Formats: sequence, C-alpha cells, structure tokens
Amino acid sequence: MSMVKKSPWVLHYDGSSCNGCDIEVLACLTPVYDAERFGIINTGDPMQADILLLTGGINSQNQAVVKQLYDQMPRPKVVVAIGVCACTGGVFKECYNIIGGADTTVPVDIYVPGCAARPQAIIDGIVQAIDLFQKRSDEHELLMKNKGKKADLKTKENNNSSDKGNEA
Amino acid sequence: MVDIKNPVESCEVIEAKDLLVKVLEKKKEGLRLSQICAAYTDGKYELSYSFENEENFDFVTLRVYLELEEEIPSVSEILPHAVFYENEMKELYGVNIKMINLDFENKLYRIKTKTPLLPPEERKRIEDARKSIAEAEGGIKEED
Amino acid sequence: MGKRSIIPYGPQHPVLPEPIHLDLVVEDERIIEAIPSIGFVHRGLESLITKKDYNAMVYVVERTCGICSFMHGMTYCEGIEQIMNIEVPGRAMYLRTIWGEMSRIHSHLLWLGLLADGYGFESLFYQTWRIREKVLDIFEATTGGRVIFSVNKVGGCIRDMNQDKLNMILRELDDIEKKVKEIQKTFLFDYSVQSRLKGIGILTKEQVHDLSCVGPFARASGLDMDMRYLGKDAYKDLEFHAITSNDGDCYARCEVRVREIFQSIDLIREAIGKIPDGEIDAPVKGLPNGETFMRVEQPRGEAIYYIKTSGKAFVDRLRIRTPTFANLPGLCETLKGANLADVGLLVLSIDPCISCTER
Repeated sequence: MSMVKKSPWVLHYDGSSCNGCDIEVLACLTPVYDAERFGIINTGDPMQADILLLTGGINSQNQAVVKQLYDQMPRPKVVVAIGVCACTGGVFKECYNIIGGADTTVPVDIYVPGCAARPQAIIDGIVQAIDLFQKRSDEHELLMKNKGKKADLKTKENNNSSDKGNEA
Repeated sequence: MVDIKNPVESCEVIEAKDLLVKVLEKKKEGLRLSQICAAYTDGKYELSYSFENEENFDFVTLRVYLELEEEIPSVSEILPHAVFYENEMKELYGVNIKMINLDFENKLYRIKTKTPLLPPEERKRIEDARKSIAEAEGGIKEED
Repeated sequence: MGKRSIIPYGPQHPVLPEPIHLDLVVEDERIIEAIPSIGFVHRGLESLITKKDYNAMVYVVERTCGICSFMHGMTYCEGIEQIMNIEVPGRAMYLRTIWGEMSRIHSHLLWLGLLADGYGFESLFYQTWRIREKVLDIFEATTGGRVIFSVNKVGGCIRDMNQDKLNMILRELDDIEKKVKEIQKTFLFDYSVQSRLKGIGILTKEQVHDLSCVGPFARASGLDMDMRYLGKDAYKDLEFHAITSNDGDCYARCEVRVREIFQSIDLIREAIGKIPDGEIDAPVKGLPNGETFMRVEQPRGEAIYYIKTSGKAFVDRLRIRTPTFANLPGLCETLKGANLADVGLLVLSIDPCISCTER
C-alpha cells in the first residue's frame, strides 16, 4: 500500500467546460510540460484513479455524473478544480443552466484559477495534490492499523467474557 | 487567384400555412437546409428557415411571424435532419411545433427552467394558456 | 437474426475528450441505430445578451469553445461590423487572417493527435502535440495568451504585430512544416493506420447534400464548399482552392485535414508578404440597428451567426449555429452498420466540439 502513494493515477473529467482548460490539462501530460515525470498517469477508469481533475462548471445534467465518478473512486482521494469555471462558475455564473463551481457537488481540495488556466499553474496544482495525497495515504494507513488493533481488543474481551461465563 | 463568389442574400416573409409548400420548393430546387432559428420580439415569434445553394453560395431565408400559442407543422418529414433545430426551438422558446419526426419532448437539453429564453411574464402566460387548453380537452373527454 | 441490445456510450469515456452520450442499438457487434443525447455542456450563454452589452459580448462568445475561440470572436465582430457598416482597415483584415489560419493549423494538429490516441498510437499523439506547442508559442509571443487570446474588437484588432514578429513567424513556420512532413508519412502511409481507417464510415456526396454536412467532413466526400470563397478579409487577394477528396471514409477525412495544414502554412506566408501598413482599428460611432447572417469557415466547418439588433446597446438575439451541430445527423448516419470497435474513431472523425454544439 505504501508504494501507491508515490505514483497516483489521475482521472480527468470535463463537466460543461469550453475545452480551453481541458486541452491545457492534456498539454500538461504531453512533451514540453510533461507532468508524468512526477509519477502520474492519465487513466480513464474511475475505480483505479486517485486524483480527480475537474474542469468546467456544474449544471443540472452532469451533477449526477460527477457525483457518481467521485463515489466510484476509492479512498484516499483528492479533488482539484481547474479553471475559474470549476472554482466559482466563471463568466457563465449568471446563466440559467449553471448551478456553480465544482464545490456544489463534491468537496474540492485545491483550486487552480485562470481562464484558460496556464500549464505552469496546473502543474503547481498537481504537485500540491500529490503532496496532499501522500499525507492522506499515511493517515489512511494509520486508520487501518488502528482499526485492526481495536478489532483484536474486542475479540480478546469477548473470549475473556465467554471463558468467565463458562467457568461460572 | 481565388474565384470569389458573390452570393445573393435574401429574406422572404411567408405565412405559417404556406411553410411546407415553400420548403418543398426549395428542396426541389436543390438547396440545402442551413439552419432554423427562433427569436422573440414584441409579443410574437420570428422563425427563420435558411437555405443555401452549394454552387454559388446564395442564401435564402424564409421568415414566419407567429403568435405565441399558434401551431406550426414540422418540416422533418421533408428534411429529416431538421429534428435537432426544431426540438431546440421547442425547448428554449416554447414554439408550438406539431408532428416532429423524433420528438424529444423537451428533453433534448434537459434544462430545469422551462423556455428559458422567453421573458418571464410571457412564460407564465403560455403555461396558463396551455394548461387551460389541456383541461378543456380533458373535460370534454370525461363528458363522453 | 441476433438479439438486439442497447449499449450506452459516454459521457465519460477514455477516447472522448468531451461528454456526449450515445445510445447504440446493437445486434451481434453491428450497430443498427444511434440516438445522441446531448446537453451535458449546455450553459445557455445566449441568455447573457441581456446582461452584457455588445462590446462585452466578444469575451463571452470567445469562450464558447477553447479550440476555435479566435474564429468565434472574429465572426461576431464581423457580424456587428456588417450591421453598422464599419470599414475595417486592410492591415487589421490581414492580421485576422494570419491568426485565423494559425488557429486552423493548431486545431487540425490537435485533432490528428486525438485521432492517433483513438486508435491506440500514443507516441504519435505525443509527437503531434509537441509540434502543436510551437504554434502555441507563436500565439503567446504575439498575443499574450495560449488558447483564449482576446485580440478582436468591433472595428479591428487590439494588438499589432511589427516586422520582427512577422519574420519570427516565418522562421517558425519553416520548422513546423518540416516536422509535419515527417509526421504525415505515418498518418497517411503506415500499414496499421491505413487498415484501421480505410473503408469505414463512408458517406456519399448525395448523402452529404441531404444531411447538410459541412467542413472537412463534407469535403472528404467530394463536396467543394468552403466559406473562404466568399472573399472576406484577406482571402480576396490570396491564392486559395478548397481541398477535396472523393473517397468519403475516415482515411479521406484525415488526408483532407493534413493537406489543409500545408495549405494554411502557404496562405500565411503569402499574407505576411502582402500585408499593408496602416491603422489596425476603425472608429465606432453609434449603436447597431439591423440584422445579419454572418458565415465564416471555422476549422471544423461553416459557422452561421444570426445577430439581431434594434438600436440599443444590448443585442436582441444572438444565435450561433456551429459546424458540429450541422454534422450530428451525419454522425448518426455513419454509425449505422459499423462495428462496435470503430465507434470511437467514427465519433472522432467528425471532429466533435460538443461545447460549441451546446453553447
């Protein structure tokens, strides 16, 4: 488990974005701005992803899709909102179909502003997401270990009480 | 050098009852459908059906002025790919188009607000008018 | 007679860059019918005309799509200029043409990379996007932005390019042309690529006419229709003939776009040689009053803008008919009878820009 945190996999989903931030995200994963040197890979499967990159605002049609993608990802996970449309709704905030930014549906950890967000800012956001993911993985491991200890204590208590019962 | 085309752009105002005949004429002349759009001014709808000539790029628009509750037939039997344009007009403006080939029933974009591009006071007027028509029809059926 | 089932495709899919949902009616790996379900990217930006005046709407219209953003702003400005009878100076028209053709090169390179990723050739995808970065560097050096650069305004352009920058563009274009020539050998003549693309998704010229398809998607089936023949901007002085092919399959669409890249490079060189000196914007007096249908050839095809004004600072109606909206019926037609494994490639072959379609 401790090796996973050093190479998290990234899932990128576009919910009502104009594509500017999407092609900058894809440009980050290609030569010149190569973000894969930090150990990440772009995957298409939410059940194997650790970091979720969201672009574009949330409208009534894709709210359910984004929620489903977030629920399908296993813990620990980190959500990054890229572009000003994903942060607050951007220039389309007053349109009739936009509910708001990504934080109306899922809890967002890192906000990357810009219209379109520049690759340098996106890589900064991804590196901070990797640090946060490593911290969360450590906490998650600790939680699993403590749960294991508590489970052992409970079974010991049950065995002791049943022995006492048998003796009595 | 490039052989520049100098197209002629024209706009013809027609009645709603002549729409199907005129569209069939344009199709037989070999023009292709470019776009269909709706606008709202002064309490009426303005529908524009645009056709384009592939050889000399002439642009012909048929303009129909409609009252808010008036019905208009669909051209999707003559031009099957017009379904997307007509469903969009129905959903965003509430234009009363009948007999569309593939009717998405206001679920093309699945927006929560009904007829969002109409001003709010007109929206309410149309909804009330349609409700009363539906109730009247339902009432007659019950009497039978 | 096999059993029929319905397979949902999208909105989140590794091949698709944008969310679109298709319901595929499938019988034994062959598709009988495809029903599209759009609406995931619908923002409703046409309703912002009541809140922003006709000058500020340029910024909103540019954000309809991030890939064809310059052409959207240019079409809107040209529409308002036609209503108000403003004569744009010659230098501004040439600048718009130069940026517009570079926008076309960048869009076609982007599409070629996504197509390569679509049939599994990831290293070709990376090489193509590396060439595209050079075009984006030119944009950044001349306008300040990489994807969305607001250099259009009603009346002309905001920024100018001096002779040093124009010479820099010529040098970079030589380099780009050399690199695209190396890449095209793989896209057009490689055996595995050809076997994936040849013979699938064929549309005849009559079908293209009946379904009103536009752009390189229609030109690959033999239809000679390109809005640059209207002679607007600098095109009346440049040597231009539309590129067509007669096969109508996915390979022909790829070939048309590769040749359009080379044609755009030649057009830019010619425009830089003929650019006149002078002002870059014209003064704007009064408010627009009238209506117009403005047609421009965007990278994906013909876009029609319907702008209706009536003497106020706010536009009455703005309706954007984008090329992908016109190509959607063509997509549903090519999917009939195709294999399930080819669906990703066929969806990519119309060059879908779903955010343009749904605005």
